[in-house]
Amino acid sequence: MLKTGWLPLLIATALMALLPLFVTNDYYLHLIILTLMWVVIGSAWNLLAGYTGQVSFGDAAFFGCGAYTAGLLTTHLGWSAWWGLALGGITATLIAFPFGWICFRLRGAYFALATLALNEVMRHIATIWESFTQGMVGIMIMQTFISKLPYYYIALALAAGSVALVKLVMASKLGYYFISIREDQDAAESIGVDTHFYKMVSLGIAAALTGVAGALYMNYMGFIDPHVVFSLHDISIMAILVGIVGGVGTIYGPTVGAFIMVLTQEMFRTGAFGYLEAGAKAVDWQWLITATGYVTKAHILVFGVLVVMVIRFMPNGVAGDFPKLFRLFSTGRKTA
Amino acid sequence: MDLFLQTLVSGFLKGGLYALIGMGMTLIMGVMGIINLAHGQIMMVSMYLTYSLFTLLGIDPYLSLFLGAPVIFTLGLLIQQHLLNPLLRVETILPENQVLMTVGIGMVLTEIMRFIFSSDFKSVKTPYSNATIFWGEISFSVPLMIDFAIAVALTAALFFFLVKTDLGRSIRATAQDRTAASLMGVDTERITYITFGIGSALAAAAGTLLMPIFYLYPDMGGPFTRKAFVICILGGLGSTVGAIFGGITLGLAEAFGATYVGMEYEDMIGLVIFLLVLLFLPGGFRWLTKA
Repeated sequence: MLKTGWLPLLIATALMALLPLFVTNDYYLHLIILTLMWVVIGSAWNLLAGYTGQVSFGDAAFFGCGAYTAGLLTTHLGWSAWWGLALGGITATLIAFPFGWICFRLRGAYFALATLALNEVMRHIATIWESFTQGMVGIMIMQTFISKLPYYYIALALAAGSVALVKLVMASKLGYYFISIREDQDAAESIGVDTHFYKMVSLGIAAALTGVAGALYMNYMGFIDPHVVFSLHDISIMAILVGIVGGVGTIYGPTVGAFIMVLTQEMFRTGAFGYLEAGAKAVDWQWLITATGYVTKAHILVFGVLVVMVIRFMPNGVAGDFPKLFRLFSTGRKTA
Repeated sequence: MDLFLQTLVSGFLKGGLYALIGMGMTLIMGVMGIINLAHGQIMMVSMYLTYSLFTLLGIDPYLSLFLGAPVIFTLGLLIQQHLLNPLLRVETILPENQVLMTVGIGMVLTEIMRFIFSSDFKSVKTPYSNATIFWGEISFSVPLMIDFAIAVALTAALFFFLVKTDLGRSIRATAQDRTAASLMGVDTERITYITFGIGSALAAAAGTLLMPIFYLYPDMGGPFTRKAFVICILGGLGSTVGAIFGGITLGLAEAFGATYVGMEYEDMIGLVIFLLVLLFLPGGFRWLTKA
């Protein structure tokens, strides 16, 4: 009894499941695994910010929580880090609940700032509490699989699962409550929606998903330290950008955003995966080699400019402003 | 007792500089209603400007205050005009889009500076950088005292500007009620440019003043942005008088935290105060000032 709305997700998942047949290069698989992880985080952020209207600047707090749960289970109890996939989400939710209970009386930008502070507090705790978290040294574990394929399928399952979860939630009554809070909190309250409770539910789901993504990261990378997993820029801001670039408040927006962001970031970092330089050498264009050198050196700058441009010209993201983009290109073709 | 007094003095002096940083941010917050998360980065740019003027032309950091601030004022003006204001005119789901834009701007500024100056730590060594005056057992850092005096002078100038001049009155009117102000014939659009410019110039001044005593690296913007909004929240968002109290409170809290709790907790203390104030004293110190 699947409605047609599920079709894109099913097709995309099926295609992605077949992808490793064609992509055997470990490096590209690695990129796609990371992208799938970002789909999970982006979807979680989108549920909280895009649908419930509570912008979080501190997703890294939950991400790091999940990652540290997985890591600490291994180092302290000798359990497999895979337990983190379940428990990491739970720990993140346990952190999120008291925080949300206290901080959801704050609105808009105030709440965003509180999450930012939570992010920083968690990072400081992980750094200072050396006896428990090994501080700056970080945690290193043995990876379970040598091949990237198992990680790929686990990440794919998580990504598809989280998109499906967001879709399910948004199709249910819960989703309408969330949107009512985003649109007008006071009005929602006046018709009897317990806004505080539903914001907590939204935060809980988002935190759990982000925590799971963190645990996956620990398992996959085998190494974490406070600056990596509680990073404001690399995790929290990136989560926001994935949501914004893809499209806030759309089901597939974060998925699109994750692919765009991870791949462009990587493309600038490596100079179109090294092809730009190789191509320039082949045709012997010295200026292109020099230009590539500058781009790879300033890849974060180029990335930042991209972000500014997207927010400036496509404030609703690629998925949200898709009609606009489409018009732009189709009219462009007509005039050409 | 000496330790206590010493901590008090250094915390207070640092607080004066913090107040300057916070005031710029709170001004922007009051007029535009957005939190400028690129504030620390703008300060960092000004510090690199000061550094370049010093190393290339040998201009004393305190003199470059007069050169750097106008440049950064223009930068702020352009950012507001071309990047932030256009966002107001489009219909979006998230009202926080402007805040996110400032995050992007901060990122770009950081990376431009990293591209030009690399990630190395830089500092300006002046003859007075390490000068201290002793009063009994308590030491007073000379550059910090000069900084404090200049910060007080700039604050006074800002107040004079806001209270006495026409432009200042328009800024205050826009902050109080944008619609009413525009009905009274205030070009609120222009006011937002100017306010962002002034806010940036204040951050720039703080950065320049910090230069003789602090080291410089591209990533320093983030921590200072965080400090700035802690100050804003402490002082009550949008209250310039509050920002002074907020700045001094943060300076003192950090100094006492570092002395009596431990150096590594210095940053965390600011954040914990921030969360506590946010929760239990949402207006910050605004009740002190009624403003």
